[in-house]
Amino acid sequence: MLENKANPTINKSTGLPRKRFYRARAHSNPLSDSHFPIPLSPSHVDYSLHYPQLFPSSDQINGSKIQFADIGCGFGGLLISLSTLFPETLMIGMELRDKVTEYVKERISRLRVANPGQYQNISVVRTNSMKYIPNYFEKGQLSKMFFLFPDPHFKEKNHRRRVISPHLLHEYAYVLQVGGIIYTITDVEELGEWMKSCLENHPMFEALSQEELEADPAVKLLSTATEEGQKVARNGGQTFQAVYRRIVPAS
Amino acid sequence: MEDPPIEECEHDDINKTEQDTQMEESKQNNKDVEVAPALIAVHPTQNSVAVSVGSDLRVFNVPEDCAVTLVDESGGASHNDSIRAIKYGANGKLFVSAGDDKLVKVWSTESWRCISTVYSEKRVSALAVSNDGLHVCFADKFGVVWVVDLPGVDGSEAPLNRKAVPLLGHYCSIITSLEFSPDGRFIVSADRDFKIRVTVFPKKPLDGAHEIQSFCLGHKEFVSCLAFICTPDYLQGILVSGSGDSTVRMWDVISGSLLDTCEVGAKAEQLKFDTSEANCSTVTDICTIPDCTLIAVAIQSLQGIMLLSCNLPSETLSVVKVVSIVGENFIPTSLGSSISGGLLWMVTGASKLSGSDHSSLSRVKVISGFRKSSPDSLEQEPVVLGDCEIPGGAKLLEKLQGSISIDEKVFLAAAEAVKTAMCNLLIKKQYSVEKRECRKRTRNDKKMR
Ligand SMILES: C[S@@+](CC[C@H](N)C(=O)[O-])C[C@H]1O[C@@H](n2cnc3c(N)ncnc32)[C@H](O)[C@@H]1O
Repeated sequence: MLENKANPTINKSTGLPRKRFYRARAHSNPLSDSHFPIPLSPSHVDYSLHYPQLFPSSDQINGSKIQFADIGCGFGGLLISLSTLFPETLMIGMELRDKVTEYVKERISRLRVANPGQYQNISVVRTNSMKYIPNYFEKGQLSKMFFLFPDPHFKEKNHRRRVISPHLLHEYAYVLQVGGIIYTITDVEELGEWMKSCLENHPMFEALSQEELEADPAVKLLSTATEEGQKVARNGGQTFQAVYRRIVPAS
Repeated sequence: MEDPPIEECEHDDINKTEQDTQMEESKQNNKDVEVAPALIAVHPTQNSVAVSVGSDLRVFNVPEDCAVTLVDESGGASHNDSIRAIKYGANGKLFVSAGDDKLVKVWSTESWRCISTVYSEKRVSALAVSNDGLHVCFADKFGVVWVVDLPGVDGSEAPLNRKAVPLLGHYCSIITSLEFSPDGRFIVSADRDFKIRVTVFPKKPLDGAHEIQSFCLGHKEFVSCLAFICTPDYLQGILVSGSGDSTVRMWDVISGSLLDTCEVGAKAEQLKFDTSEANCSTVTDICTIPDCTLIAVAIQSLQGIMLLSCNLPSETLSVVKVVSIVGENFIPTSLGSSISGGLLWMVTGASKLSGSDHSSLSRVKVISGFRKSSPDSLEQEPVVLGDCEIPGGAKLLEKLQGSISIDEKVFLAAAEAVKTAMCNLLIKKQYSVEKRECRKRTRNDKKMR
């Protein structure tokens, strides 16, 4: 365990990272060029860095791969809820902002220390998901992808910066296995409509039925598990969700 | 356990992104320095050879031994800025040209009339024609591949100025090369972010291409060029790619797996070429020599070409030899070959030369003598043909080069320009640290709270 006193970025009473040391710009521009390492291909993702207890050495292949991805994970609330709900599943958050990513890393490592044996299946990586998803996941590798409260990019000319778009859905359909599920939620009605219509018009996705939505434990977390979701709830805001399944296109 | 207080996201907007400014800036900066490399394309049965330099498109009819005059009554605009891609398609029935003027022009190779002018919203960086000749695909500078259908290929319909629709997108990365697989099932696109994407070419392309077959990942720098090797035993084709990482790689497009890597840079260095500069071994073009499984590779700073042999049963690539061009500063900017003919056509050159009386240069050369006796050796030595030995001889050179002989001075000016042209094309704009900091300071999306 890290020495709290020696580390001013840690809050002494809670043992958790302090927010003021992880302040960041409100938004990141997904189009700007990267200054972070990118794995050459999915087989180059070093699982021992992300899940050290489950993968003690980097050359170890134990067969399991990351199955859930939280895109634009922000401060990591969803990952933390999912971790105990699906303890056998490896999951990763992808976040563009450097400081936010550092915060989530620290948060996870604190939780691992405080709860031995738990939270070993979650991790975070700083990357631009709009560019590098194929570098992290193979075809059909993922069973769930989450897009919770993504940046809205209101202006028409900035729509190409939205993380759900017709072109990017092709990539998500590629990394999702048949039957895999994509979860989206927002408090911005226009964005909600947009995400829904992108998914609705894509031949490789179909909406989950009401019964399926009710039976899915992940659906309940969409509006409650993340920091952004909690903020919206506090302010009594409305949310708009779209949950779709990856299907084989009718040919 | 109590959760830490947390910074929250905010729904405000970024007015201008780094990339937007970058693109605007590069437009302005490049106005005076932007040179385009000369390109060459050869008709599949060598009925004609085409060279583009700047906005100029030059075609020579080889069997009839005469220069071709292009006729454009399509009512569309003519090329007025650098051409960035030229290609024959549909077994040679069509020819397509496109570039910085945002025009995609489709020509009939029978009549050399323009049968269609398509307007792109952005500058065009790559082209491909579907094997059946029904579709032309082009990539723009924002990473979107567009498709346009061509029902009037046989000339039966009036010239059409058609509208293109988006087919697929690489997220904000310039697409450097587009190729259809030999069986027409896939369209392959390569970009400046090291990526090669294999997409199923759909039955109804105008509805978009939804299914990605694979990504071929492994290059460590921008991918500059793609080509398919196709033999009767491998009708679906094996993909090869060249890159700024000084390698040529061979791929299985179905799985995206890397079959072999050939370090052409290491080989070029052994030969003691001018290795003083960075990126000297960037692969700038590759071309398969169709009757055998040979690949010609153009490498920045290599005066000549490198020949690789592709052993399909063992899925390996190896260097056969380097064919040097002596006596001339000839570093090819583009390569072409026909299915029949057994010749490799090369061009070097660039448009908009500064400090020279000539506005552009293009120099054409041909190598013959590719016949394989065994997988790794050649029966004959490939030879660089003298100017008068080239099919079409002086007449062809006069057309494609603009003049028969080229002044040494122009050549030197061009060598410099060619280098710049290739760099501009392939290498991402690098900002100095101060400039980046300054840009950050002036950005208005930055909000520290
Ligand atoms: C409004 S926040 C929502 C965060 C979190 N999902 C939640 O619900 O609290 C959106 C997040 O997406 C991140 N983001 C935006 N574009 C991204 C990209 N291209 N790749 C990865 N993360 C991105 C932002 O940095 C930001 O943290």
